[in-house]
Amino acid sequence: MAELNYGLSELALEIRSMVREFAEARVKPVRAELDEKGIFPTEILRELGKMDLMGLYIPVEYGGTFEGDSMPNLIAVEELSRVCIGVSVSFAANGLGADPILIGASDEQKKKYLPPLASGEKWAAYALTEPNAGSDAGAIRTTAVKKGDKYILNGTKQWITNGGEADIYTVFAVTDKNRGARGVSAFIVEKGTPGFRFGKKEDKMGIRASATRELIFEDCEVPAENLIGREGTGFIWAMKTFDVSRPGIAAQGVGLAQGALDEAVAYAKVREQFGRPIIANQGLSWLLADMATKVESARALTYAVVQSIDRGVKDYSKFSAMCKVYASDVAMQVTTDAVQVLGGYGFMREYPVEKMMRDAKILQIYEGTNQIQRDIIGLALNKEYAAAAKK
Amino acid sequence: MHIVVCVKQVPNTTQVRINPETNTLIRDGVESIMNPFDENALEMALQLKEKHPGTKVTVVTMGPPQAVDILKEAVGRGADAVVLLSDRAFAGSDTWATSYALSTAIGKLEKPDLVLFGKQAIDGDTAQVGPGVAVWLGMPCITYARAIEIADGEATVERLYEDGYEKLAVSLPCALTVLKEANVPRMASLRGKMAAKKLVIEPMTAEMSGADPAKLGLNASPTRVVKIFSPPPKAGGVKWQGEEPEVMAQRLVDLLRERKLV
Ligand SMILES: Cc1cc2nc3c(=O)[nH]c(=O)nc-3n(C[C@H](O)[C@H](O)[C@H](O)COP(=O)(O)OP(=O)(O)OC[C@H]3O[C@@H](n4cnc5c(N)ncnc54)[C@H](O)[C@@H]3O)c2cc1C
Ligand SMILES: Cc1cc2nc3c(=O)[nH]c(=O)nc-3n(C[C@H](O)[C@H](O)[C@H](O)COP(=O)(O)OP(=O)(O)OC[C@H]3O[C@@H](n4cnc5c(N)ncnc54)[C@H](O)[C@@H]3O)c2cc1C
Repeated sequence: MAELNYGLSELALEIRSMVREFAEARVKPVRAELDEKGIFPTEILRELGKMDLMGLYIPVEYGGTFEGDSMPNLIAVEELSRVCIGVSVSFAANGLGADPILIGASDEQKKKYLPPLASGEKWAAYALTEPNAGSDAGAIRTTAVKKGDKYILNGTKQWITNGGEADIYTVFAVTDKNRGARGVSAFIVEKGTPGFRFGKKEDKMGIRASATRELIFEDCEVPAENLIGREGTGFIWAMKTFDVSRPGIAAQGVGLAQGALDEAVAYAKVREQFGRPIIANQGLSWLLADMATKVESARALTYAVVQSIDRGVKDYSKFSAMCKVYASDVAMQVTTDAVQVLGGYGFMREYPVEKMMRDAKILQIYEGTNQIQRDIIGLALNKEYAAAAKK
Repeated sequence: MHIVVCVKQVPNTTQVRINPETNTLIRDGVESIMNPFDENALEMALQLKEKHPGTKVTVVTMGPPQAVDILKEAVGRGADAVVLLSDRAFAGSDTWATSYALSTAIGKLEKPDLVLFGKQAIDGDTAQVGPGVAVWLGMPCITYARAIEIADGEATVERLYEDGYEKLAVSLPCALTVLKEANVPRMASLRGKMAAKKLVIEPMTAEMSGADPAKLGLNASPTRVVKIFSPPPKAGGVKWQGEEPEVMAQRLVDLLRERKLV
């Protein structure tokens, strides 16, 4: 198939073919069952680990294969998403959980926690959201009180991806109630720590293969050395993590939309009505043309953001938000249109686009809703143009 | 432990077409792959390596220079060493000569504890090479293996039949031919693929293998292909179930009598 030249490295191209083959062979045959029964893709993640694909974002010195090129990991997410984003989010949430460690942790902490994540032996999760703190993440109420060489955690985290399945959790808790977001600190909490247990597992509309679960901390004793950075820096790690992880959500959107486009075009070529394939109707082929144009635009923007980050562009929050909001909106539109192209068949569980449309919705919600992304972009515009006016 | 796995490069089609005039396989334009059953043999070796640390897996193929592709695939999945047995002197070898040649190459390696083969090659389909090599090497051979466990220098092997399986104990060294049912072959890892890319494979020639030239190639091959044809499909048989055992037993006896078998 014709494709644009994004100047991908040899490694990125290798990863693309490996993950594409893997997703076709191992994920596609089971995705409907994982979705229907809400089964976590344990075997799939184990195998990805064995194939050295869980450490693409972790630097070589900590056991991964990252040497400055973020595209291989992004493309791994995109290719898994083309087949199932329930699986790709379970894969990508490891990176989300590990990012605060990569960004803010000491060398000692990195040496302890990153190698088993890179090998796929252990899995990670990121725990910020609480029942009363979603978009307003600074309003979290989970507390961490220092007592000797320990912090005592109390509170409940909600909707944590990989909850229950992961071994290593980065948990955000308040260490100073009076300082708002500046009173938040980040901790590494291992599964099995006394006082740490799992609550309700959610029954979801989409990404049903992924585990979304409650984390409950009741006088949970975390060693003081598991604090990431200094007290009060947690919110910075939380937000910096989103700046680098949001393109991953965009990659999920690009992959998912591509998967839906593939299904729609293939179907439009074989489905005949009025004595000809439905793709022969301009009204339908223009719909497909718009879908394809959106998918490629979303891909181009997402790749450009990640490649710019790799090239050292510093101020990228706005751009991360842009690719997340755009690619997730594209995924919602394209999967909805794909159902339309398949007509009544598209509405049936037997065809994959029904799942794809259900799955797409989450991309507009998690890692900051699309309203919040637009807020970030709007605030940045306001600031940038104010600065420009002063000059 | 040292495990040798013999793998063959075959055309990628389960429906190998045969030229009716020459009675040979039509290989033109067909992509080459590792024989699917050999993937299961390799996977069995790699799983044993995971279970028994210190195990070394060597993969051997006899074939033309482009057979390095399947050796690189094997390294990508975790094989430790590879041997490409390649020489014009091997050309035209039948199963007898192939078995002999492979046995001489294996004889040049560190003495193996286990030699694994696929159940059969999907192009030649004879299923003779595994047992043939075992004879040349003087090893016991168990065919149709679907599982293996190794402890104290002894292997316990499950040999699958259409209607059940045998559990056999065998002392090492031994040879096995491996079934699809044994496992799901893994895919190559990133680090494996990188290692495979850097690999330079020098072929082992007939001379290097120390094989007797009189036992190699077309001239040394006793097989003469007279005719190749597809056998008629096996009849489905009958199955009785759900009735009283006595009724079904009586029906069986009646049928055997009718056919004059009892
Ligand atoms: C399947 C799933 C997995 C998740 N995984 C994780 C995870 O691994 N870790 C984790 O920490 N969290 C996770 N979350 C939480 C997720 O990030 C939050 O759901 C999200 O940030 C939104 O918060 P909320 O649901 O409380 O919505 P709310 O914040 O209550 O928002 C409700 C609506 O109001 C809008 N809104 C809110 N504030 C504004 C505003 N200022 N301007 C305009 N509109 C506004 C929102 O856009 C939204 O439409 C997950 C959620 C789900 C559903
Ligand atoms: C009837 C017949 C027709 C033939 N037609 C042709 C032909 O048209 N063109 C041609 O070139 N040759 C032909 N041959 C030769 C044949 O390809 C070789 O004898 C072959 O190497 C072994 O036979 P097989 O494919 O049946 O393997 P099998 O005995 O079915 O293979 C069993 C296992 O032995 C191992 N093994 C087999 N071959 C090799 C190898 N070369 N290297 C490493 N391991 C191996 C593998 O583990 C394999 O799974 C023919 C042979 C016969 C008997």
